[in-house]
Amino acid sequence: MNQTATNPFLSQAWIRENIFLGKSIGEYIRSLFTPFNFVAALIILGGLPLIAIRYATGLGFVTNSSNDFPWGLYLGWGLFGGVPLSSTGFIMASTVYLFGMKQYHSLVRPAVLTGFVGYFFAVVFLLVDLGKPWHLPYPMILSFGTSSVLFLVAWHVALYLSTQFVEFCPAIFEWMNADTFRRWAVRVTIGATIFGVILSTLHQSALGAMFLVMPAKVHPLWYTPYIPLLFFVSSIYSGLSMIILESTLIRRFLPSRMAEENKRKLDGLTLGLGKGAALTGLTYFALKWTALAHGNDWGYLGTGYGAWFLFEVFGLVLTPCILFTIGVRQAKVTFVRVAAALTVVGILANRITVALVAYNWRLPHEFPGWKEIWVVATIVTIEILVYRWVVNRLPVHMEHPAYASEHVAAAGHLAGSFGPAPVAATVEAMAPLNPPL
Amino acid sequence: MKENRRTFLTWLAGSTGALCFRAKADDLSAVGDFQGYPDRVGMLVDLSACVGCRRCEAACKQVNGLPPVSVPLGDKSVFDQVRRTDENNWTVVNRFIPGPGATAVYAKKQCMHCNEPACAAVCPVKAFVKTELGPVVYHPELCMGCRYCMAACPFGIPAFEYHSANPKVTKCVFCNDRIKQGLLPGCTAACPTNAITFGKRSDLIRQAQQKILQKPGEYQDHIYGVAEAGGTSWMYISKVPFDELGFSMDLGNKAMATYSYGFLSMVSAVFMVWPAFLGGFYLFSKSREQQATEPTGPDANKQGDAR
Repeated sequence: MNQTATNPFLSQAWIRENIFLGKSIGEYIRSLFTPFNFVAALIILGGLPLIAIRYATGLGFVTNSSNDFPWGLYLGWGLFGGVPLSSTGFIMASTVYLFGMKQYHSLVRPAVLTGFVGYFFAVVFLLVDLGKPWHLPYPMILSFGTSSVLFLVAWHVALYLSTQFVEFCPAIFEWMNADTFRRWAVRVTIGATIFGVILSTLHQSALGAMFLVMPAKVHPLWYTPYIPLLFFVSSIYSGLSMIILESTLIRRFLPSRMAEENKRKLDGLTLGLGKGAALTGLTYFALKWTALAHGNDWGYLGTGYGAWFLFEVFGLVLTPCILFTIGVRQAKVTFVRVAAALTVVGILANRITVALVAYNWRLPHEFPGWKEIWVVATIVTIEILVYRWVVNRLPVHMEHPAYASEHVAAAGHLAGSFGPAPVAATVEAMAPLNPPL
Repeated sequence: MKENRRTFLTWLAGSTGALCFRAKADDLSAVGDFQGYPDRVGMLVDLSACVGCRRCEAACKQVNGLPPVSVPLGDKSVFDQVRRTDENNWTVVNRFIPGPGATAVYAKKQCMHCNEPACAAVCPVKAFVKTELGPVVYHPELCMGCRYCMAACPFGIPAFEYHSANPKVTKCVFCNDRIKQGLLPGCTAACPTNAITFGKRSDLIRQAQQKILQKPGEYQDHIYGVAEAGGTSWMYISKVPFDELGFSMDLGNKAMATYSYGFLSMVSAVFMVWPAFLGGFYLFSKSREQQATEPTGPDANKQGDAR
């Protein structure tokens, strides 16, 4: 144990070390003056007044949503797009803890954090969009609309947010130097992981199922009984892509916050994630065509909507899958990273298409206004700053110094091996990946 | 062995607990083929009798405390564009000219009060409720303002107060309070041509059938609303095909809510099957790991346990 680990929680030394990054307050504030923070501050300072006026005068001030198009960017981007991009936590936790692929252990924490922050901000988007945000807890406490798919989504997002918080607790307790609590938190890992997968399976698909009641309103190219399955499968490869991007960005921009060993392993792990993304992406590609054939909607492919559908399916699904495959086969990590970025764009495009563009397709559409886009940018910026704040302080891409010595044992313990620590297996798993495919 | 049994019992207890929780949370009665409350009321609109005077609009606004009509009743310029309902106009009359030189047909639009309304089915807090009497009523004290009702409504009726800090979703409520007191709904009482008839829905269907039969070849052989989207309380008869009058003809005859029943009934199954499925994967990978660790371990029983 080094010096930092012994400082009691909230003592002066702890605060200096764990909140102000070991700097004096003056030094810390001076360190905040960076070009990135300047741009972020401009966006946020412009956006917060818009949000304030929205609460004073009504949603109409910051949205181009209308009676015919009740859902705008806040739900299209923030909820329908934000939730599949935050599937990272359940994917990596199940990969490592349930399916036993221990070599990805170093990516579980960042994945759970990405998921937690993503869901948290999906709720923030919801709070901006709801007419009466103070009624948000009503589906949990007051009136149960059990025939609504949104009721399921509400419960699941609330439960899964809590579950991910529990899953992330070991990192928080390490940061607080609360060893006892940490040991308790670690014990529930398997249960929390399974619960998380159940919830994710259901609410990722439920976001698609929300559109099942609109057969006459969503364009036939996107309306399909397969839509829950499409949303679920695409959430898997979008989550894998988000982990690829997140770890790449942290290694690039916060290198001091990633352990050297993790940096070395990252390219190999990225190729492995790319392989998974290629396989699930191609599954999704095949499902999209199966759904089209199931509905026999080929005739619409010749229309303007058909052109957008083809662009989405070939440009934003098949293209990244090909890039993933080339990257994995030729061990070109850059290909995998570009494919991941393209996948994220594709997921956002798909969800916004279903919620806004293909929705009420017979009526003329209106483009989201600048205030709507600015508020989205504001919330996304705050989300990035929160994520960076946590990564800068908590052991996310690294082992906490106090627990580094039990590194190998912890991996086994987290996986629930209550017998002798499977040192050999874990060490073997930690070795660089074999060339995939 | 003891370890094994305890693990098994823990899993069993956990699964049973999860099962009870789901069984309680799921309102299974929501799944079924709902034929509608038997004695519910309805409306029959004879589009051939409507003269487009818009007195129903004015009356609706008056009895519901909405701001008065913005375009005076005699002003025909209001018909230049097809209007939809909004927060201040719970019913609107639109004009359609079916073909060049044809006589104008006026069609009143308002909430159809579905037998099994999409708005009520999708509301996560039951702010919209189909009453046994017939009206679909709204509870602003529950509403979150998520606008799923508006997204789901096949007729595009509910409207949102976008410029209120404490907004409501608004739509025609069939003058629920008035009909409970034995009064006619505002629009019906104001109609000078008896284009709108209020009554028991089953009676109105017979009445509509008789009208169609009595004047063979005049009316379309279709009562809009008997079957559309699972049936509605408001029904229309017309001498001009409905698709020329802005009526959606592609809604199908199933209630919109039924399209999500398959998904909802899967929820409990996932809660039951996934723990077993994923737990199996976990035990499999754990046992594989232990075998890799001690391939020729002295404690053979231990390996048996892991499987």
